[in-house]
Amino acid sequence: MTRSGALRYGAAGLLVVVLAVLPFVHRSVGGLLPGPINSPGSLQVLALMLVAAAAAITLDLMFGYTGLMSFGHSLYVGFGCYATVILSNNPKLGFALGVPLAMVLSVVVALVGNAAALRLTGIGFIMATLAMAQGFAIAVERGFLGSGGEVGVTFARGVLPDPLRGVLNTRNVYWLALALVVVVYVICALLVRTHVGHVWQGIRENPLRTKVIGYNVYAYQMAAATISCTLAAMCGVVFAIVMGGANPGIAGLHYSLAVVLMVVLGGRGVLWGAALGAVLYQFLNLRLPSLSSSDIVTGLPEILQIPLSQPNFLLGVAFILIILFMPGGLASIFTRLTRRATSKRAGEPRDDDGGVPATTREPNLVS
Amino acid sequence: MSTFLLIIISGLGLGSLYFLLAAGLSVIFGLMRVLSFAHGAFLSASGFASWMVLRSFETPSTPQLLLALVVSVLTGGAVAYLAEVLLVRPLKGKELEQLLVTVGLGMVLVALMAGIWGPDEHLIPRPVWLTDTTSIAGAPISNSRLLLIGLAGVVVVGIHLILSRTRYGLIIRAGVENSAMVSALGINVKRAFTLVFVAGGMLAGLGGGLAGTYYGGISPFLGDGMLIFSFIVLIIGGLGSINGALIASVVLGVSQSVANYYVLNGIGDVLVVVLLVATLLVRPQGLLGQKERLI
Amino acid sequence: MTAAPANEVLPGSVALSGRAVNLVIDGHHILVDVSVDVAAGEFLAIIGPNGAGKTSLINVLSVATPPTSGKVHLHGRDVTGLPPHRVARSGLGRTFQTSNLFLGRSLLENARLAANGRDSRLRTGFRRVLKDDPVTERAREALDLVGLGRRPDRLASELSHGERRKLELAMVLAQGANVILLDEPMAGVSVDDVPELVELIRRVHREQGKTTVMVEHHMHVVLDLAERIGVMHHGAMIAIGPPDEIIANDVVQTAYMGEPL
Repeated sequence: MTRSGALRYGAAGLLVVVLAVLPFVHRSVGGLLPGPINSPGSLQVLALMLVAAAAAITLDLMFGYTGLMSFGHSLYVGFGCYATVILSNNPKLGFALGVPLAMVLSVVVALVGNAAALRLTGIGFIMATLAMAQGFAIAVERGFLGSGGEVGVTFARGVLPDPLRGVLNTRNVYWLALALVVVVYVICALLVRTHVGHVWQGIRENPLRTKVIGYNVYAYQMAAATISCTLAAMCGVVFAIVMGGANPGIAGLHYSLAVVLMVVLGGRGVLWGAALGAVLYQFLNLRLPSLSSSDIVTGLPEILQIPLSQPNFLLGVAFILIILFMPGGLASIFTRLTRRATSKRAGEPRDDDGGVPATTREPNLVS
Repeated sequence: MSTFLLIIISGLGLGSLYFLLAAGLSVIFGLMRVLSFAHGAFLSASGFASWMVLRSFETPSTPQLLLALVVSVLTGGAVAYLAEVLLVRPLKGKELEQLLVTVGLGMVLVALMAGIWGPDEHLIPRPVWLTDTTSIAGAPISNSRLLLIGLAGVVVVGIHLILSRTRYGLIIRAGVENSAMVSALGINVKRAFTLVFVAGGMLAGLGGGLAGTYYGGISPFLGDGMLIFSFIVLIIGGLGSINGALIASVVLGVSQSVANYYVLNGIGDVLVVVLLVATLLVRPQGLLGQKERLI
Repeated sequence: MTAAPANEVLPGSVALSGRAVNLVIDGHHILVDVSVDVAAGEFLAIIGPNGAGKTSLINVLSVATPPTSGKVHLHGRDVTGLPPHRVARSGLGRTFQTSNLFLGRSLLENARLAANGRDSRLRTGFRRVLKDDPVTERAREALDLVGLGRRPDRLASELSHGERRKLELAMVLAQGANVILLDEPMAGVSVDDVPELVELIRRVHREQGKTTVMVEHHMHVVLDLAERIGVMHHGAMIAIGPPDEIIANDVVQTAYMGEPL
């Protein structure tokens, strides 16, 4: 393992440890969180941020790495979420059987959905994913199959296992969310470093070329999409546990676009970039409305106050600026700095693919 | 019978609204290969513009309604113009990025409107005759529907005339059929792109002004709700084909209306999505679209 | 136009053949009853004026475009209508008229993707890419052979035009193809770089024993490299034979012979 590789692993490990001990930290961070860090309200906010990070990482796998832009991610996250709640509430199944069954069904949905959508390319694929997401959203808004309509559906009493139930156990739910994002990250990070992962990136760059040198592009796209959407459903499962139920807010084009925004904002083709974008998005989304009623903001003139109180305004503007001026996302800032640092140390063996590309790629950690 | 006629006319009215958005989007995609997610927000913004004109009158007169419509059309065009020049044009050649930037713009505009005017619906006062009904074959047809259908018809004729008789119409038709040729045309390309984008914006503006008369109110999210249906119209009709958009708008509007009334309220939306999925599976290029575009 | 020339059955096995190939697109008869046998290890050049159908023939022979009628055989196997990736895995590689590379990836990555193509299976593909695995080795060898081995971490977008043509060649080598279709390899290459590229192609053909079919306009390159020349005109193969026969052929001379450099 090279020095920079060890540094990266070390930094990642440290981050996970820091996140893991947060529930023991009794410190207030002002208005950033609804209470001290280890209060249930704050832990839930943090848990939601972690789940969003995981969901963004899964989309990055198919969008950032394989070049498959999907507006349908809300279908898979939503399906995992709703299926978990509905199946767990079924007295014959309960939580212990409901969750695995939900995951199995999610795999089937991922296979079928992507097999259909991948028959089209480019805009057609995007529209197909959009259509499926909208179909699902309409279904749950109308309450099909017991999905509860506009108010959604919650876990019935006693369904959630004890360690995950109740306000006092929010820290366990938080740790579950942390475990989710770690697992999802590790899986995706390993995958993109395999031969298959390299082919995915080839497909992103030049699908025709990839086909002509002997790859069955459709099969590789199916693999990427199915894995990505199944992992997304897993995020939906954890989301249900964090929220105590499912609601239509997680279905539909709005949520799909949010996940796309997270990935582009943070840096597509860079796994931790997608996570960063998601964390930022979710934080602003959850905290900005309360922040904007704080004294600092109400003191501002109204023309500034209005945009600042709208998370989508700030996020949308950031999104537009990123697309126009920094297509590599926020992650590209960091990567550009580290490249300048490593290029000064000439002569040290480089273990990544070299070069400073316009859109940043994840350095292939070959060790 | 008269109820049936009412349902049909209602569906046609709905279809007309979809068509106004879809027509613009269709040509924009056909020529520029950009799928604009911002035009829904343009519609809402234009709706608010017409609301600002009309809200000071309790029952506006017809000239005032006309003024409001003109204002909304101009608003739609102006916003579209700024968007094309500032955001879309710099990303020329990068279709995915252009699509994403329109998504971002739509988000920003909707957030701005929600911030300024709140997320709820604002009632738009209408002239008395618009809320009245006209009796056709024994059915009391709402005049607002008739206005919509009438204006949409005028728009259809107008678009056909422009495309077939004017120089820019020729460029647009050629470009839609063969986008590679468009780049060979040089400077005119930039102007054609802007023109088409602005035209789509003006149509969205008209839709915004009329949506107020159809729904009686305007909210920041109205345009986006319609945008989704307009996309579906585009796919079913065929990207790049105005006639396809017309046929699909009619089919969708009417079947949605019929299904919602005769089968189960709300099933119309599901039906629309089913039709879309069916189209994507069976004939992905849509009714009148070109095959190479999607597969 | 004369009748189709007698296509001699050549000694040794036939590596690639097209039989009675017709290609009709939108009413245009692009390829008219073309038959050609390419012997294993030989160097066949295809010349002809623009629009004669040369690239279309390459497209059909590489199974990128299915013929309207007729058959394509690779090593005796009928490959007409197979998906392109299957044919590539059977040992057929091609380069493109305009460089078709993974511009955002490094040279090594381009070659590695090509090297992996032949044996890749989804099942076994979930192994990590290592610096010293056999696939990467093959990729490095291919790059060394074309003279791009020194800084393989450069991005393909940083290469000059001539170097990109070399990379295309390296990818075909890394792929392990034994039948190579070159579509105008000299296209856009500056006069100074041509001799080096010609040498490279010659080395690949001789040392590696690759069956090579090359479409070219530069006559002196064709005369330098080809063992046999096929002349196409208006979609038909009007003559095929050794270079001196072709040059002396009246039919070929009256048809457009291609731009001399």
